Amino acid sequence: MGWISPRRLTKLGMLNMNRRNVDYISRYNERSSYPLVDNKLKTKLAVSEYDVKTPKLLQVVRQQHEISHFREMAEDLEGFAIKPAKGSGGKGITVVTGRDGDEYVKASGARVSVSVLERHLTNILAGLYSLAGTPDVAIVESLVQCSPTLAKYSFEGVPDIRIVVFRGYPVMAMLRLATKASDGKANLHQGAIGVGLNIGTGHSLNAVQFNRPVTLHPDTGLALENIRIEDWQAMLEMASRCYEATGLGYMGVDLVVDANEGPLLLELNARPGLAIQMANGRGLLPRLKDIEALKLPHFSPAERVEYAMKTFSKL
Amino acid sequence: MTAQSKAPFYVFVLLLIAAGIATAVWRHLELGVPWKTGEQQPVWMIEARVDFEGLGEAAKVNLHIPENPPGFRILTEQAASPGYGFAILEESGSRRAEWTKRNVTGTQTLYFKAQFVPEDPFTESEHSAQPDPRNEFWEEPQSTAVRELLDKARERSSSPESLTRELIRLVQPDASTQNTTLLVSEDNHVKLLDRMLNYAGIAARTADGLQLEDARRRQQLVPFLQIHNGERWLTFDPRTGEQGVPENLLLWRQGSESLLDVVGGDDSEVSFSMLRQTLPALQLATMESNKNGFSVLGFHQLPIEEQGMFRMLLLLPLGALIVAFMRIVIGIRTSGTFMPVLIAIAFVQTTLVPGLVAFLSVIAIGLLLRGYLSSLNLLLVSRISALIILVIFITAGLSIIGYQMGFNTGMTVTFFPMVILAWTIERMSILWEEEGAREVFTQGTGSLVVAIFAYLAMDAPMARHLTFNFPELHLVVLGLILLMGQYTGYKLSELRRFNPMKAYD
Repeated sequence: MGWISPRRLTKLGMLNMNRRNVDYISRYNERSSYPLVDNKLKTKLAVSEYDVKTPKLLQVVRQQHEISHFREMAEDLEGFAIKPAKGSGGKGITVVTGRDGDEYVKASGARVSVSVLERHLTNILAGLYSLAGTPDVAIVESLVQCSPTLAKYSFEGVPDIRIVVFRGYPVMAMLRLATKASDGKANLHQGAIGVGLNIGTGHSLNAVQFNRPVTLHPDTGLALENIRIEDWQAMLEMASRCYEATGLGYMGVDLVVDANEGPLLLELNARPGLAIQMANGRGLLPRLKDIEALKLPHFSPAERVEYAMKTFSKL
Repeated sequence: MTAQSKAPFYVFVLLLIAAGIATAVWRHLELGVPWKTGEQQPVWMIEARVDFEGLGEAAKVNLHIPENPPGFRILTEQAASPGYGFAILEESGSRRAEWTKRNVTGTQTLYFKAQFVPEDPFTESEHSAQPDPRNEFWEEPQSTAVRELLDKARERSSSPESLTRELIRLVQPDASTQNTTLLVSEDNHVKLLDRMLNYAGIAARTADGLQLEDARRRQQLVPFLQIHNGERWLTFDPRTGEQGVPENLLLWRQGSESLLDVVGGDDSEVSFSMLRQTLPALQLATMESNKNGFSVLGFHQLPIEEQGMFRMLLLLPLGALIVAFMRIVIGIRTSGTFMPVLIAIAFVQTTLVPGLVAFLSVIAIGLLLRGYLSSLNLLLVSRISALIILVIFITAGLSIIGYQMGFNTGMTVTFFPMVILAWTIERMSILWEEEGAREVFTQGTGSLVVAIFAYLAMDAPMARHLTFNFPELHLVVLGLILLMGQYTGYKLSELRRFNPMKAYD
């Protein structure tokens, strides 16, 4: 692995971490809005008013003694996901896909008893997965039934779509596919595949795993070149509406496509990563600067999406 | 922050850095706080000893002491004289030490001790107003001899300085000219020169100097000649005619008439002993600053215990600077932002290798035990608490084993902050479960590398010296950290991370 000169990176318009933090996150993201995105429960409530759908909330576990109710609630459920409300980067998320007698089957295929899940809830409440180790709340959501067109590309986990939204404009997007290496999680630095998406059309551009270009999914063996996201414009508009809901100028919006419900919001991220640039093979800076230079920002999400689709398919 | 509002920020940072450096330089120049640690400065300890015979009545001994001897600064003064009242008097431009006692009989010895610091560069005596020459009167035949000698000297000279030099050359005790032999005898020739110069209209006076040589005892003062050139007093060696105060010559008496006055005593004499000492330049600066009130700016006034604490505290900014640099510019990932600084502080107390061994063994054993704890299904807080206790057991065990095996360094484990160790183990353990051993290794190594760099920076004797003695330099550190907070360029690690982007160029 070699090195690349800073000049070439500047030419490519690559956004780096220091610049993202100083020039975008701290300039466009109000500190007071952070709890809204760092807490999945608050996010759910905030976006629901803006016609952004999220997976159905089954239960909220706030106190240790409420864990006993979890057993009753989960009794007759086939699949669900347990998430820490303040977790970040997919930490502490346990996905149960089915039942095998008394035991629950995790997405990875492992079978666990209900007491393991209860222990997991305890850990979440104690703040093991929350950002600063503060006490947390566990939420139980219904399982997303991934639309089969996308699900076939992913190994076990649900593929999700990350869209970076800057001042309400979707500027860059990628599809994240779980792999064996990522343990069924759509987390890029754990080895998930990132597939860059053309903002104008929703077609795939490039794909990377561990920052290196790939053309085939290592586990499913499917070619990653001709993926096309359905209902692309609607997804972009949904992401764009999150700007109105939270007021965050620079954020990452994570969406999934449910077979029955359509696009659902999984979570928002006030500090979206930089790997999306590698998946797209393009730098973020030209697009961010284009929007910063706009004298009259568009008012409605639909107008913003239209502008972004027109402009950024070329940039 | 927008582009326009950055200018005042940079000006502010620049001011901070400039203020820090300027204060440090000023303190170095004015107070002599040394830049380097081991700087030594020579100090002359001179002891004047006054002996006299008491006459059985009240005695008053009055010794001239130097005020501003050219080329030296007075550091300390003290008198040792049991039973005597002592005071330093300043009268009409001359300083005198005065001992008094009601009833004095028999041989008496009084001591006056002073420490002198040679000044570098050598300074001339201060400006002073020109005094009028004294009127001198000579009888015949000396009067004619004096006039002739002066005429001769005047002929070969052009200025008061050169006249003095010529006159000294002419009036030497061993000169064989008739005029000279008439006037000069062995013990009066300095006095004679003084009188002749005053007669010639040049303000002149005598002075007494002390030749400084290490460990000399019972030394006497050597007379010197001084003339005033309109600006300041110039010193001449009456034996060679050389101008200027020779090196290692301390002018004990200048200007005043008598060296020693004794009332109520007989057979009085003064003799001098001297000793060359070396003091650390730092101690010297401290002693002097204590005198002139600048000490407020230093920590030397605090009790020793607090000083030790501040020594440690003042190293922290340096560690923070290293961490900021490593994370912002280099891009090394560490577990916990300032955990490396705390480890580095512990390393400072344990020294590097024993510290590393101790740290790694505690973490390794802790991770093993944590594996068991996680199967107990405990609440987080009690798990951490249990881990803290385990960490204490581990450190105690390591200390005892180390001690039994003869390594005193085993004891140093106790310097590590226990809570930090416990948290580190907990974090590493979760990292291991969630992201695999590889991530634990990356972050662990990152933290250790940063800690080692921070340790190396903080342990440098230069760093310890500068941070403690020039606390204002922390403004510079602050400025640098603020500047780094504005760095939006690529990290070194990103040049590697983004390398595959070459394909799209």
